[in-house]
Amino acid sequence: MAKPNKRLTREQKARRQFLRTVVLGVGIVGVSLLGYVPVIGRWFERIRPPGALKEQEFLASCIKCGQCVQVCPVNAIKLAQLSDGFGVGSPHIDTRQQACDFSCDGLQCVLACPTGALTHHINYPHETDMGVARVVNEKQCLAVMGKGFKGQARGASFKGKLRYEEVDRWKPIRVSEHPYDLELCDLCFRQCPIEMRIAQCDAGKPPSADENQCPPQHAITFETLAFEDGITRKRPLILDGCVGCGVCEMICPAEPGVFVIDSSESRGLAA
Amino acid sequence: MKHLIKSVAVLLGAEPKKPQADEYTPEALAIHAEQRADKSRIALIHAEIAHKKQHKLPEKWRRRRWTVLIVVNLLFVVSFQLDIQLLEGALTASRFVGFHMADLNSALQVMLAYKEVVINLVIGTSTVLVLWWLLGGRTFCSWVCPYHLLAEWAEMAHDYLAKKKIITDHPFDRRVRTVFWLVFAVLAFVTGYTVYETISPTGIVSRALIYGPGAGMVWVATLLLFEIFYSKRAWCRYACPIGLTYGLVGSVSPLKVTYNLATCFHEAECKKVCEVPHVLDMVVKGRATEVDLLVGADCTHCGRCVDACPTHSLNLEFKGLGQLLK
Repeated sequence: MAKPNKRLTREQKARRQFLRTVVLGVGIVGVSLLGYVPVIGRWFERIRPPGALKEQEFLASCIKCGQCVQVCPVNAIKLAQLSDGFGVGSPHIDTRQQACDFSCDGLQCVLACPTGALTHHINYPHETDMGVARVVNEKQCLAVMGKGFKGQARGASFKGKLRYEEVDRWKPIRVSEHPYDLELCDLCFRQCPIEMRIAQCDAGKPPSADENQCPPQHAITFETLAFEDGITRKRPLILDGCVGCGVCEMICPAEPGVFVIDSSESRGLAA
Repeated sequence: MKHLIKSVAVLLGAEPKKPQADEYTPEALAIHAEQRADKSRIALIHAEIAHKKQHKLPEKWRRRRWTVLIVVNLLFVVSFQLDIQLLEGALTASRFVGFHMADLNSALQVMLAYKEVVINLVIGTSTVLVLWWLLGGRTFCSWVCPYHLLAEWAEMAHDYLAKKKIITDHPFDRRVRTVFWLVFAVLAFVTGYTVYETISPTGIVSRALIYGPGAGMVWVATLLLFEIFYSKRAWCRYACPIGLTYGLVGSVSPLKVTYNLATCFHEAECKKVCEVPHVLDMVVKGRATEVDLLVGADCTHCGRCVDACPTHSLNLEFKGLGQLLK
């Protein structure tokens, strides 16, 4: 069908422009409000970086610049994509891939945050509250099976890093470059940043010679108990000092891992 | 003051009006009368345009501007990739050699949504406020915003298709940008989320460059296609609240495009290349109320009109430093 070739009057043109402007206005505001869907639908339960405010306040105050991403020595922090809706560009940590091992000691991400979305009211690793580790897969736990561990904790191709103080105080290295040989697997306890600090403090050598670095509570321990089959074994037990950094989840050689980090009740840190 | 009110009104979306008879200075009236009487000017104008068609003027300002835009955005990328901490963060908020900077619109969204302002954000916002007041507000758009560069390429495609009569431009009512600005400010305050950041192509492209692209680029591509096939430069002209924020900041800036009536041939070459041609209303024959005028707040100081003007009647000038910039 041929298009009717008629000139529009000035009024018709103005009317069309008005109508398409209304459509543009409603359309763009509508698209922006789609950002609500993943937030209300709780599509993702994100582990946020140390010091993050409660989720709603965090998303309100985060300016989505990624400065926390840039300062993290182990590159634990990633920015969310558009599928996070209003959370687009907000930082989060995928703890199984790369946990926060506090190898910066001074909470660099908190210091870098320009808006206080990572609250400046905390100074030390034990004051953070990213979540809490939960044992979800105890049957896979090597310790529960009474087994040791030898080799690369997560295989040769695993890219995650940790800082090993005995290797290099300042430079984290790949977990794959640091094989273990343990009679009974205790990697989750051994690598726990909180437990490491407690051990240092107990030895009279707190990190940076700062007593305030000493965590007041233990985060993880191994309890010894008699299992149903009558054999006495050890199993990991998460304690109140756990801050949800995720190192236990990351280092656990079992597949799938024994731990997950639960962020749902965390971050009561509102400034 | 009269000029400022007009300039802000046009920025907010008002159409420029034909001036009243009593608004003209005697000098401007004399030049208008002289130009009407002098018929030889017509021939001169035709010669001028013919000459220009044969000898394309170099786009000096565009080259400088693209260089600056690419360098600034690469600084962010390189700073992170090489971990040299020169310019950390992204365009929404950053630190230049350790000094906080915060995009004014992003900062506003955060302040309205969070309703609390930490000292770092005050420092960052003030720095950027002074910086872009000094450098002319929307100068941010054409000299820094990475979406602007993509939109310029989309504009080239649009102009090419329009010339071939494959598409036509569909303009919108410019007042809608002011509505967007208000709606997004209210939404941030009411919902407690930085709603605009979700769709901000400036933030999305900036983060894509620095941290790697994601699904957000699909939205950016949609906007670019919309601009190519439906409405020329639509996002920057009719939608972006960042542009309006910076426009307000730059309304009293010392950096301006200046217009001189005495040398102008009214060929309107400048309006053809301008992203915001409503700021160049004074170049229409008989509209300039004074011999020397400043181009209004919506101007992004991209300098394309300066390059396009065959008679050098438009110039990018910094008050007190005019000669140095030529």
